[in-house]
Amino acid sequence: MSAIKLTIDGKELEVAAGTTILQAARELGIDLPTLCHDPELPPNGACRLCVVEVEKAKSLVASCVTPAAPGMVVHTESERVVRVRRSILSLLIANHPLVCITCEQTGSCKLQDYCYRYSVTENEYVGETKELPLDSSNAFFVRDMTKCILCGICVGKCQEIAGAGAIDFTMRGFITNVGPAYEDKIEDSTCVFCGLCIDSCPVGALVPKALIGKGRPWQVEKTKTICPYCGVGCGIYLQTRDNEVINVRPDFDSPVNRGHLCARGKFGWDYLQSKERLTTPLIRSEEVFVAVGWEEAFGLIVDNLKEIRSSFGPAALMGLCSPKASNEESYIFQKLFRSLGSNNVDSYSRHCHAPAVEGMTRAFGGAAMTNSMEELVSAEAIFLIEADPLKTHPIIGYRIREAIRQGTCLIAAQSEDTGLSDIASYYLQIKSGSAVALANAFAAVILEENLYNPKFINKRTEGFAAYSSSLGPEVVRRSLELTGINEEQLRSAARAFATANSAAIVSTAGGVAQEGGSLLVTALANLALLTGNLGRENCGLYLPYSENNLQGSADMGTLPALLTGYQPLREKTVRDHFSRAWKVELSEQPGLSAAALFSGYGNKTVKAMLVMGENPAACGEHREAVTEVLRNLNFLVVQEMFMTETAMLADVILPAAGFAEKMGTYTNVERRVQLNRAAIVPPGDARPDWAILTELAGRLGFKWEYESPEDISTEIAALTPQYAGISYERIGAKGLQWPCPHSEHPGSKYLYEGRFQRGLGLFTPISMDDQAKLLFSYEENRSAGKKTLCNCLSDSMRNRSVISKL
Amino acid sequence: MYEKHLMICGATGCISSGSQSVEEALIEELEKHKIRDKYRLVMAGCPGFCEVGPIIVVYPDEVFYCRLKPKDMAELVVKHLVGGEIVEHLLYKGPDVDAPARFFDTIPFYTKQKLKVLRNSGLIDPESIDEYIMRGGYSAFTRALDLEPPAICAEIKAAGLRGRGGAGFSTGLKWELALQAPAVKKYVVCNADEGDPGAFMDRSILEGDPHAILEGMLICGCAIGADEGYVYCRAEYPLAIKRLKTAIKQAEEYGLLGQNILASGFNFKIKIKEGAGAFVCGEETALLASIEGKRGMPRPRPPFPAQAGLFGKPTTINNVETLANIPLILKEGGVAEFSAIGTEGSKGTKVFALAGKIRNTGLCEVPMGITIREIIYDVGGGIKGGRAFKAVQAGGPSGGCIPAELLDLPIDYDSLNQAGAIMGSGGLVVMDERNCMVDLAQYFLSFTQKESCGKCIPCREGTKRMLEILNRITEGEGKPKDLDTLDELAHSIKDSSLCGLGQTCPNPVLSTIRYFRTEYEEHINEQYCRSGVCKALFHYRIDQERCTGCTACSRACPVNAITGVKKEAHQIIQESCTRCGSCIEKCPQDCIMITPVGRKADVSN
Ligand SMILES: Cc1cc2nc3c(=O)[nH]c(=O)nc-3n(C[C@H](O)[C@H](O)[C@H](O)COP(=O)(O)O)c2cc1C
Ligand code: SF4
Ligand code: SF4
Ligand code: SF4
Ligand code: SF4
Ligand code: SF4
Ligand code: SF4
Ligand code: FES
Ligand code: FES
Repeated sequence: MSAIKLTIDGKELEVAAGTTILQAARELGIDLPTLCHDPELPPNGACRLCVVEVEKAKSLVASCVTPAAPGMVVHTESERVVRVRRSILSLLIANHPLVCITCEQTGSCKLQDYCYRYSVTENEYVGETKELPLDSSNAFFVRDMTKCILCGICVGKCQEIAGAGAIDFTMRGFITNVGPAYEDKIEDSTCVFCGLCIDSCPVGALVPKALIGKGRPWQVEKTKTICPYCGVGCGIYLQTRDNEVINVRPDFDSPVNRGHLCARGKFGWDYLQSKERLTTPLIRSEEVFVAVGWEEAFGLIVDNLKEIRSSFGPAALMGLCSPKASNEESYIFQKLFRSLGSNNVDSYSRHCHAPAVEGMTRAFGGAAMTNSMEELVSAEAIFLIEADPLKTHPIIGYRIREAIRQGTCLIAAQSEDTGLSDIASYYLQIKSGSAVALANAFAAVILEENLYNPKFINKRTEGFAAYSSSLGPEVVRRSLELTGINEEQLRSAARAFATANSAAIVSTAGGVAQEGGSLLVTALANLALLTGNLGRENCGLYLPYSENNLQGSADMGTLPALLTGYQPLREKTVRDHFSRAWKVELSEQPGLSAAALFSGYGNKTVKAMLVMGENPAACGEHREAVTEVLRNLNFLVVQEMFMTETAMLADVILPAAGFAEKMGTYTNVERRVQLNRAAIVPPGDARPDWAILTELAGRLGFKWEYESPEDISTEIAALTPQYAGISYERIGAKGLQWPCPHSEHPGSKYLYEGRFQRGLGLFTPISMDDQAKLLFSYEENRSAGKKTLCNCLSDSMRNRSVISKL
Repeated sequence: MYEKHLMICGATGCISSGSQSVEEALIEELEKHKIRDKYRLVMAGCPGFCEVGPIIVVYPDEVFYCRLKPKDMAELVVKHLVGGEIVEHLLYKGPDVDAPARFFDTIPFYTKQKLKVLRNSGLIDPESIDEYIMRGGYSAFTRALDLEPPAICAEIKAAGLRGRGGAGFSTGLKWELALQAPAVKKYVVCNADEGDPGAFMDRSILEGDPHAILEGMLICGCAIGADEGYVYCRAEYPLAIKRLKTAIKQAEEYGLLGQNILASGFNFKIKIKEGAGAFVCGEETALLASIEGKRGMPRPRPPFPAQAGLFGKPTTINNVETLANIPLILKEGGVAEFSAIGTEGSKGTKVFALAGKIRNTGLCEVPMGITIREIIYDVGGGIKGGRAFKAVQAGGPSGGCIPAELLDLPIDYDSLNQAGAIMGSGGLVVMDERNCMVDLAQYFLSFTQKESCGKCIPCREGTKRMLEILNRITEGEGKPKDLDTLDELAHSIKDSSLCGLGQTCPNPVLSTIRYFRTEYEEHINEQYCRSGVCKALFHYRIDQERCTGCTACSRACPVNAITGVKKEAHQIIQESCTRCGSCIEKCPQDCIMITPVGRKADVSN
């Protein structure tokens, strides 16, 4: 791009072509007033407050939408400019309630700030003012359109980013308004309460209900941290006052969410202040729980664990670790059990993602989303198959919408309509359960039409011969039957996918966490290998996990057979390495998986369990069997925030802190390790899990010297190659993506450049019979009304929050 | 073969003055005489002179019958069609002619006109592609097929055609930009939204000569490399839409639209999109948004539509009249013929809609450079009722007024701009001494204020405040500071608004202040409206000496503002009176007087 020279307020500068005058001025540190500009939205140019004078131009120009041109001479605060700005502000306040005294926005209101800056005080123009009813009937936020200055940002966010289309401009002229069609209330519209509009409103027209009357901006503390719900890991600011959370605002600088959130992140935090929080250790006495002190609780636990360990051996102990626990907590959790001589550590919630892990590990040797979310925007094509990211991982949905705005071709294959169906370039409405057949048919077409990538296949893969011979012409024919689409649809979509220079594949819960999900993952991995869409930018396989730290928890070795960074327990060098570091002997006996435990193989050996933040008794289709296993244990300890179904079965319950009450790192779906900071102190006697575990380990005789989670993270870095270069100091505001092998490394946007974790990428043929069987089993599953995405952990938070009303 | 063709004006103006019942009567007469087959009856496009509709023109005799009633048809059939004699009393008569006049050569309304764009309107059957082709239609397009795209743009540029939709941008340049934009998919859009109140030139062309638009769009498609076009037409123009649909169907049947047109490899299809009914949807970026199914709201430029327009693809947007000029330019020798007419900076002809206090209301097409005086007095026949000319509002609600001093101003883009008006789409509203200029400004501003899309603050909020001030002034509540405030607001709005609506809507206010400042000052300082229009500036008063107490007035008053006992003098309660004037009409004694609030003497009733 050629550079453009221009002069602003007497200062010369050079900017890249396409830079707006506003951006150029900001580079010079000139603060131009803007009311309607939002960097995430298409050019708007509505408020006209940012006008500047350009020499030789006929009229003033809006700097936010006018590109800098060579030789431009710009004046940003000339008399003419200031006159117009004052006139605009006067016009605004002439039609504004000016109730700043009680307005929640006071102190962070742009209108107020600019009136102050340009000394606009009294109404210069007196006349009619708008009168509109307050819309406060919903549970989440209040819309006071008398304060609205019609900047249009909320409309842009709702339509362009969220794609909810709940609000638009209505009417014309002076009575123009912004809101749902037909003057409906917002709760009767298609609003999904993502809150995007609220956090972008420059004035006090949109206010979260929870915030009202809770404090002025200068009385409120802000803590930068991470949303505890899904694997996206949005950066948020917790607003707190007097140890109480009163609001959440998005981090506008976070590379993950860039100022956007979804309803869970925006409104779902109130469970922290639920009356149902556990505030003291509880022990079971007969059939009731009795509140006790920590001393007594720890004593009981230590006695029982020691007892059981010596009577039944270390393998009688097992731990289940929540994928909502931080990296540090997950790490010391497995360390504790392995130090006790048991490799029985796992997460039951991860069970739902087992197919994804299994399929990806087989093909690549590792089980993480290969590329980053922001790369989706630059992909030439996106193949979305059985996924509804706007619901499960909204930010990924927003990114896909952004990609489409920029010209990406979306190929959507869905058995049910989603918010992205009608903006797809190719929309394939497939029968439920036929996703594998479709993915295979894509491959067959690509092979037949010679659209595959032989160079990549030769250099980077194995198993191609067997794979390609499994994809004869009958595959296409059969898949048309199974999917219910026609051949032209199939071929044109497959071509669009294969001919794109970079194509990403996205599938979320609907496709993966169901039975046969691992077949779909395999089919998709095959497809990515076939077209060489791996190991470089803007392509890859996106199978995002549901829970916020599912990735990190696995990275930390809460897996029976793998230590941190997926180092295999079975290898002696690995075991020796950890033994030396931990100063304990590691058992080489592979641990039991949660699935194995609950399916009945292990319940004879396991006698005592520690469940940290998981709720298996309420999770999945085998709830009753799980409950039975837990009930039959000799001793069960549960660390929890709430009296969950699992906690009800415990002998000892330890009250745990919530995410806002502790520090730690979490790893999102794109392997970005981010820092979570404490904003408030836990209620009552509740303690962070890492502190509970450290204390317990001490009482069990281990000499752990962790003063803080940061100490733990140093140890993680030392023992985990992918995390070696990651420290609290380096994580900073934007996080670091693993692999990050040393302290100078900038982190990795995408995986497998030059080499897969297992060496070569592996093609795995899928038989036609398997596909057909799948279709059948899906039909059965559907009629049984099974959930497609397991969210039990989030559910225990959600159910105690206002978002349960959604 | 027919003996004669009878072109009955079937356009909107004449339909409302009764041309359909005239047609029915005519058919009945012809059938009565069993000569229906000998004559071809066509519901044709508007020949422009709507003032005197319904109209029938008999060809090949070229006789123009006007102000027809169904009962005239018997005579017309017997005398003219059967007898071969012209029916004198159905010809055009008026103060501007000495004797009944026959047609183009003798009716003054037509003598100064140059019918180029309107060449076919009223002359051919708008629902017949054959007649269009017979008049040379589609030959410019076939010529264009043989030209290289840059050559087409070059010809349009050389002809000097400027957009007729308002801004007057060079059409050839616009096309060239779209041609140069790198994209496979491009669009041609015809702007047929015609939202200016009182304007109907585009409607007339669409109704009278729809193929000319299609041909213009086809040529544009060739020139920029587009294969798809949209006509964005006001939903209030059902006849135009119907005619367009028929024309598109016919062109498709003739292989002039569709795939591989005339075996040239060129593909083109045209769709019609009915407008959403907002004035601002005529603004090009709002229009594109509306076609895309979004709310019609302007967006900032750049990118210009020629770079990124409809669905993000390079798009040319041209006005109906602009496109109707295209075949004229592209035909053999068209460039020279076109540019021979007009002035240095404004070539060709322009169609104007004459309205207001002018005798000959209707449509006229005149060469650029003609003076306002010629249009008003020669074509328009002067002011109605012989009153004095005061001003003409040129360019619709975004335009400005031109006072009597400037009657000899030549009409072209640049002189109009200098005078504070604009060419706009070609509306001319003529005003005489009975028009109040403050009231005029208020009328146009109240239109634009309501039609502001509401996006930008200066336009949305500023026009409202300006209007409130004008309202106050016309109600006698003006303050001396008001003129300054109006001026300041007007300049802020013009200087900072996003789209053409905001940038031009203060024009009527500014130009009336510029030329008629004393009228404003009289309203403000003396509560006096010299034109007798601003009702609030008058008291209605019953002359106590002459009133007989007949009660006619009090019975007529809709708001019971008149009190009084029978047979005794009545009084008007000033607080209740709305100055509706009903009482004046009823008073047998003519004793209800109108007194300007700010002046001592009664004016009169
Ligand atoms: C508020 C507003 C309304 C407009 N309405 C029309 C219209 O009704 N018809 C039209 O042709 N142009 C209209 N225009 C002008 C168009 O934006 C555009 O300039 C024109 O269609 C370009 O065609 P031309 O170059 O052939 O004149 C309007 C502009 C504005 C600002
Ligand atoms: S929105 Fe801003 S200007 Fe309006 S009342 Fe609130 S703080 Fe004051
Ligand atoms: S909360 Fe989200 S969906 Fe609802 S109106 Fe605001 S932006 Fe739209
Ligand atoms: S509600 Fe807020 S964001 Fe929406 S248009 Fe009004 S001022 Fe702008
Ligand atoms: S997208 Fe995920 S991380 Fe972001 S706010 Fe929503 S639930 Fe939280
Ligand atoms: S100038 Fe008026 S009509 Fe144009 S965009 Fe602004 S508010 Fe809308
Ligand atoms: S002008 Fe109308 S309202 Fe006034 S007194 Fe006469 S009839 Fe009544
Ligand atoms: S910030 Fe530029 S127009 Fe509003
Ligand atoms: S409508 Fe008939 S002459 Fe204009």
